[in-house]
Amino acid sequence: MEKEKYISDIKDIKEIMERSSRFISLSGYSGVVAGIFALCASYLAYQTVYTSQSYLGYRMVDLTVESICALILIACGTLILSIGSGIFFTTKRAKQMKQSLWDVQTKRLLMNLAIPLVSGGVLCIILLFQGFVGLVAPLTLIFYGLALVNASKYTLTEVRSLGIIEICLGLFATYFIGYGLLFWAVGFGVMHIIYGIMMHLKYEK
Amino acid sequence: MKEILKDLNKAFENKVRLGIMSALVVNDYMDFNSLKSLLDVTDGNLASHLKSLENQTYIRVEKEFLDRKPNTKYYATTEGKSAFKKHLGALERLLS
Repeated sequence: MEKEKYISDIKDIKEIMERSSRFISLSGYSGVVAGIFALCASYLAYQTVYTSQSYLGYRMVDLTVESICALILIACGTLILSIGSGIFFTTKRAKQMKQSLWDVQTKRLLMNLAIPLVSGGVLCIILLFQGFVGLVAPLTLIFYGLALVNASKYTLTEVRSLGIIEICLGLFATYFIGYGLLFWAVGFGVMHIIYGIMMHLKYEK
Repeated sequence: MKEILKDLNKAFENKVRLGIMSALVVNDYMDFNSLKSLLDVTDGNLASHLKSLENQTYIRVEKEFLDRKPNTKYYATTEGKSAFKKHLGALERLLS
């Protein structure tokens, strides 16, 4: 009798600690959709960057100002579409979970996500205009990974391992610099889809 | 057994007070409305439990005004945190 009360007390404590400190309404669908957008974006970027050569494998990139602008446009488009669908699916999920969407946890999560992400984004734009095109794909992966690891303290724990995978992919992409776009497609496309499906199966069933 | 039971804190026997402390030990602070929606309790109920925890100096209250609306922040005191840890430890030992 007493024992049951202790068990339920401990369960309550854990549940409240979890619910009050972590943002748990992240939807798996948003990961899948963001992944699909990223794959489309990689294809568009591929078309923009590698127009002059037709062979497979390692290649040099020669960028004009127009193609840089096209790349930035593709990147911004993907970002807006991904964030938009993320907000859409997560709002729906938050309603289901009865967790409010815009509270202290969300703000803390976004703040911690934004610091590495914005610094990486600015660095990449600077590098693009300085002509270091090859570094952009690896660096976006590394900074995105760092942002995820940093934000994972405030949301589902799996986000941390996704972050570490992105960092590793980014480092590989820096070494095999000619295949940057391929790594980028795997990191932002395939990994998001895999993680989205995993989260959906684990938390939304 | 007797020894462990001694570590159980009467102040945390109530579910609402247990909930308030659980939230305050993992967050820097919580305001009244977030606590209310987190624990799903009425204003009066929450206020009376907060008051009793405050009287025991387990929590600290800070009142401020945001856009001329009162906003009350609740913090767990060091004393409250250690009392809660002791209570949680006792609970876990009772079940092990």
